[in-house]
Amino acid sequence: MAPGFDPSGRLPDIFTNAGTSSFTQFLTHAAPELLPGRRPLPPGLSVDVAPHGTTIVAMATAEGVVMAGDRRATMGNLIASRDIEKVHPADAYSLIGIAGTAGIGIELMRLFQVELEHYEKIEGIMLSLDGKANRLAGMVRGNLGAAMQGLAVVPLFAGFDLAPSDPARVGRIFSFDVAGGLYEETGFDAIGSGSVFAKSALKKRYRPGVSTPDAIRLAVEALYDAADDDTATGGPDLTRKIYPVVMTATAQGTHRLAEEEINAVAEQVVAGRMENPGG
Amino acid sequence: MAMQFYASPEQVQRDRSEYARKGIARGRSAVVLTYEGGILLVAENITTLRKISEIYDKIGFAAVGRYNEFENLRRAGIRMADLNGYSYDRRDVTGRGLANAYTQTLGAIFSETQKPYEVEVCVAQVGASPDADELYRITYDGSVMDEPGFMAMGGQAEAISNVLRERHDMSATLTAALALAAQALGSVGGENGAPRKLEAKQLEVAVLDRRRKGRAFRRIAGAALTTLLAGEKDVPEEKLGDVDAAPPSPGEAKPTVSAASVNLEGAGAAEDPEAPRDGVDGDGS
Repeated sequence: MAPGFDPSGRLPDIFTNAGTSSFTQFLTHAAPELLPGRRPLPPGLSVDVAPHGTTIVAMATAEGVVMAGDRRATMGNLIASRDIEKVHPADAYSLIGIAGTAGIGIELMRLFQVELEHYEKIEGIMLSLDGKANRLAGMVRGNLGAAMQGLAVVPLFAGFDLAPSDPARVGRIFSFDVAGGLYEETGFDAIGSGSVFAKSALKKRYRPGVSTPDAIRLAVEALYDAADDDTATGGPDLTRKIYPVVMTATAQGTHRLAEEEINAVAEQVVAGRMENPGG
Repeated sequence: MAMQFYASPEQVQRDRSEYARKGIARGRSAVVLTYEGGILLVAENITTLRKISEIYDKIGFAAVGRYNEFENLRRAGIRMADLNGYSYDRRDVTGRGLANAYTQTLGAIFSETQKPYEVEVCVAQVGASPDADELYRITYDGSVMDEPGFMAMGGQAEAISNVLRERHDMSATLTAALALAAQALGSVGGENGAPRKLEAKQLEVAVLDRRRKGRAFRRIAGAALTTLLAGEKDVPEEKLGDVDAAPPSPGEAKPTVSAASVNLEGAGAAEDPEAPRDGVDGDGS
């Protein structure tokens, strides 16, 4: 395991010293092989060796945020997975979605969840929303090496701000670039290969202060539009009942819409498109 | 180099033990006991520094003695638990594994360093029923003991244990268990041996709630604690005290790839997770 384990079996110093409250930084000393960005990769591009995931949308609503992601992962022209879940709760009040290489993205998400929980347990208090976004930017930056070789991952982070500087903006959205840049978005944002189409759809329909049920409908519509124009994004699969993952973060915490709820919304969206395919 | 007189190893160890025991006996006490809804951890603590902490989903930590030393151990425990939970799975982190790590660490520190740690640590793991709860006591020299459902640590732990032994009931409600803990802690330290009545601001209280999915640890503080100590069974949400980092109870449907995985032990499957069972809420999700 980690270097420095001494024969008496005692936990190494890295465990017991005051150190840092960051789990990722602790891992760089205790078990660097567990960090996504640290493994040496063979030279050359690795683009089609791993599945890629696409199109996540997020919107700020009156009560918080809504984030939705499609269910498809592709490897070149093949569908690698029909029901991959790309949107997860990062902690009790925030959501994270990933686009890009699915394997590294899921690992990044897991690591981020542990990072936030670890900080909370060590310090006894949750990080601020800005702190969480900053931490995530740092983790994306750490993956830059692999990103340059084709295994890029870009997250979308949104959450309910428990201590907002502007009380009207309790739902906040942050986007990132592969170099670890952090950008706060207003209103809505989307990432992934279908994000261009999803954002065009949202541009026309989104209104600030939208209610959560309306935002959910809008999100599913936007994903439908993205799936319409991008092969790497999956639309709702009515035959298998596989629908986008839709999650909300509000004062009550994070919530994933149940199968029945999202079923109902997806069916309404599809029914609407039967009459008017453009939506 | 000055001439060194010979001291036998037994003597050295005995001196060290004395030193550590005295250090621990000087401090205030803590008790940990099982009750119907989980495990209750109560420490007599008038500062805002914490003696009781969450380590992992079902595992809690309580310690007495020198603060900086047990704070180090607490951090080490959290790091180890998160590392194991991350490399394997959340369900693979156990109280016993943690207790083993503490045993080895404290044992090594006791034998190999100049000054032993003056701490006594409790690792508590909550299970699906009171029989499945595990309490471990790890002492300053690395000895570990499996405790039968309640334990007391710190100054005058014996006397406190006696009170607990008489009245401990693993099917008690939270209110009753808290009353017993407060009474046990208050039975020592008074003038001329008179019992003290401890108030909310003299106690640090937390529970490991066996019915909560995912992270079971919750602190009880402020108005919620005062009300519970006063003997009321139910504390409505509006009256809850100001607790730091207070995330709400987790929602029912949790995706499988997530930090707070569904608790597959089946405990509380029929329970409505939105209604806090004992009417209190706290941090620790």
